Amino acid sequence: MRQRSTVGGAYLLTLLLAPALAWAADAHDHGLDWPSLMDFLRVLTLQDYNTRVVIIGTSLLGLAAGLIGTFLLLRKRALLSDTLSHATLPGIALTFIIVSALGGDGKNLLFLIGGAALFALLGTGSVILIQRFSRLKDDAALGIVLSVYFGLGIALLGLATRMNTGNAAGLSAFIYGKTASMLLFDALLIAWTALAAAICSLLFYKEFTLISFDASYAAGQGWPVVRLDFVMMTLAVVVTVVGLQAVGLILVVALLIIPPAAARFWTYRLRPMLLLSALFGALSCYLGATMSALMAKLPAGAVIVLTAGAIFVISLLFGSARGLLRILLERRAMARKIGRENLLRSFFELTEADLAGAAIRLDDLLKQRAWSPGQLDRLVSLADREGLLNRAADGTLRLTERGIQTATRVVRNHRLWEAYLITHADIATSQVDWGADEIEHILDGEIVRELERLLPEADQPAMPASPHALTPAAEME
Amino acid sequence: MATPQPQRDALVQDTPLWIHDLTVAYHRKPVLWDVNLSLPEGQLVAVVGPNGAGKSTLIKAVQGLVPRASGAISVFGKPYEEQRHLVGYVPQRESVDWDFPVNALDVVTMGLYRQIGWCRPVNRRHKAQAMAALEKVGMTPYAHRQISHLSGGQQQRVFLARALVQDAQLYLMDEPFVGVDVATERAIVALLKDLKAAGKTCIVVHHDLQTVPTYFDHVVLLNMRVVEAGPTDAVFTEENLRKTYGGKLTLLSDALFEYSKNPQLPRGRKGGQP
Ligand SMILES: Nc1ncnc2c1ncn2[C@@H]1O[C@H](COP(=O)(O)OP(=O)(O)O)[C@@H](O)[C@H]1O
Ligand SMILES: [Mg+2]
Repeated sequence: MRQRSTVGGAYLLTLLLAPALAWAADAHDHGLDWPSLMDFLRVLTLQDYNTRVVIIGTSLLGLAAGLIGTFLLLRKRALLSDTLSHATLPGIALTFIIVSALGGDGKNLLFLIGGAALFALLGTGSVILIQRFSRLKDDAALGIVLSVYFGLGIALLGLATRMNTGNAAGLSAFIYGKTASMLLFDALLIAWTALAAAICSLLFYKEFTLISFDASYAAGQGWPVVRLDFVMMTLAVVVTVVGLQAVGLILVVALLIIPPAAARFWTYRLRPMLLLSALFGALSCYLGATMSALMAKLPAGAVIVLTAGAIFVISLLFGSARGLLRILLERRAMARKIGRENLLRSFFELTEADLAGAAIRLDDLLKQRAWSPGQLDRLVSLADREGLLNRAADGTLRLTERGIQTATRVVRNHRLWEAYLITHADIATSQVDWGADEIEHILDGEIVRELERLLPEADQPAMPASPHALTPAAEME
Repeated sequence: MATPQPQRDALVQDTPLWIHDLTVAYHRKPVLWDVNLSLPEGQLVAVVGPNGAGKSTLIKAVQGLVPRASGAISVFGKPYEEQRHLVGYVPQRESVDWDFPVNALDVVTMGLYRQIGWCRPVNRRHKAQAMAALEKVGMTPYAHRQISHLSGGQQQRVFLARALVQDAQLYLMDEPFVGVDVATERAIVALLKDLKAAGKTCIVVHHDLQTVPTYFDHVVLLNMRVVEAGPTDAVFTEENLRKTYGGKLTLLSDALFEYSKNPQLPRGRKGGQP
């Protein structure tokens, strides 16, 4: 449910933005060429064939990146994709220089992608070599390769712009991303490659899951882990290089990292995570390509990343599995539960002899624990509302039937846990789960019976006596 | 006191696990030296030794997960590579990230992936097999629970079920008893007994010396090399433990020696059979 509203929200945002942008276009008829409302609708509804192919192709790219990025994230290789995307720059610049010098079209996408892929693989290889033959940590190896290749790329790009042959101006599209300058052929190439990469990543769903979760087990079972890793990295390289023109090499990594990271907040299962990640990636790319098609000077990469970033923030806050809001709510519920159980336990210990009959006052309870009068009053009011106890007009408190039942269960669990902590001190701490309603949910029945036996004065099996002295206040009564 | 040297004849090599002159080194640091072992079929074997003795490395070397500098290994008389389907591996629990987005059933199904084959999806029959394995370790109610929401003991049982679902002949378990609750310890002991009754061989890296005589028939005392290996009553002695643990043993309680001297006594402080 929430997933859909997130997506819907982002969509709504653009639609709301559209008239504003169109109005701005009327206001400034110089500078950026703002689209008219008609243009906007035409692009948004994919009426124009070229635009349609560009937008669909870019969206497919986002989808493929979302899928492959999920596996990269789980394999803990997300940063490697950043390094390899930066490593493509010298490949692009060098290819342009060589092809132009030979008299060809330096901006032919096929050549450029080939050069980019070659250098992405070289970069990955360099990282692996550094990791294997030095004692450097992984992040250092990644940083070194990223910066050195990128530096080389910038230098070569400077050289390329000084060349007499060819026009290197369009190369900047590879750095910042620009869907507007895309040719129909480029868009088709992106669409088909992305589709193939997406299908390939789903074909290896089982294998990628296995090596991401437990690579050494996979190797023991005879899976070729190194080759599977190579396939996964190759898919990442493919998505990166075909994405260069649309998103730009600085930002293409965002497509591989942000959608899966956002999807993680909504689910604990891999399939929904893949689905959401693909959806988030596709949506980001769709919006980015649309905006860039409308405004020629607006870099698609930036819009794509900003959309993805917005989806991420929304997921971080409202994610149904591990979003911040949910964690806060759970924490509050837990605090309430502990407060209620403390109240019932104190009540129980004060009136153990005659649970149904005894009536006590707030002051009696106040002495039992380190709680402030205000805190206690809130807890009592809450318990009153929940039907656990009754507060009479004169202020005396009495447990209801349900209150007695709950209190008995709470005290029994508490005492059994204490007994468990005492008898199994070496392993118990990792097992104690105060949040569980019944100790039987954590420990098997036999142990619970054993604990009941172990407790002193176990004449009343359903309610073992507390293994330690009750608080002094209770004894004074 | 000579280490029983495995002979090179075919009979000995047909044992579930036969290791000859195995040496393993990480970088330039040797971890296992000239290990010789021949383990009997259908027994519960404990591998015991101090931290860093190379116990995990031994288990991994058998499966070719760490490169071996020298030596030969055979599983039921053939190289491991030909016998993978006969070997079930239970890695140390800490070896994976339990915050992975799968549930218990998914992890157990991974034990069938080899059988399912490349790129083919998991079907209902595989899931039923995985459920049966989960039932053997008492985890049926948790089959669909996310693994990060399981307790340490339950995670360990999921790992055991993943090995069980393979229906192997030889099980290699790396410290399955570490950090588990009483219920899990009982479940694992019962499971080991079942496996033994079914004629399977289990090689278990074990850290709790007190329970060795109760749980295991055969012991391998390891500290870079095999100090001693053989039936528990004969090999699990104070003197051999001293040789294995050296000075570190003085840190352990004296009760240990009482246990090792009198095999009747140990009933498993936190489990065993009532
Ligand atoms: N991947 C590795 N690289 C380098 N050294 C390692 C590696 N794994 C283990 N070691 C070293 O090898 C020795 C034996 O390790 P291990 O087999 O895990 O011991 P055990 O399981 O008996 O505690 C230890 O000293 C450990 O530090
Ligand atoms: Mg180990």
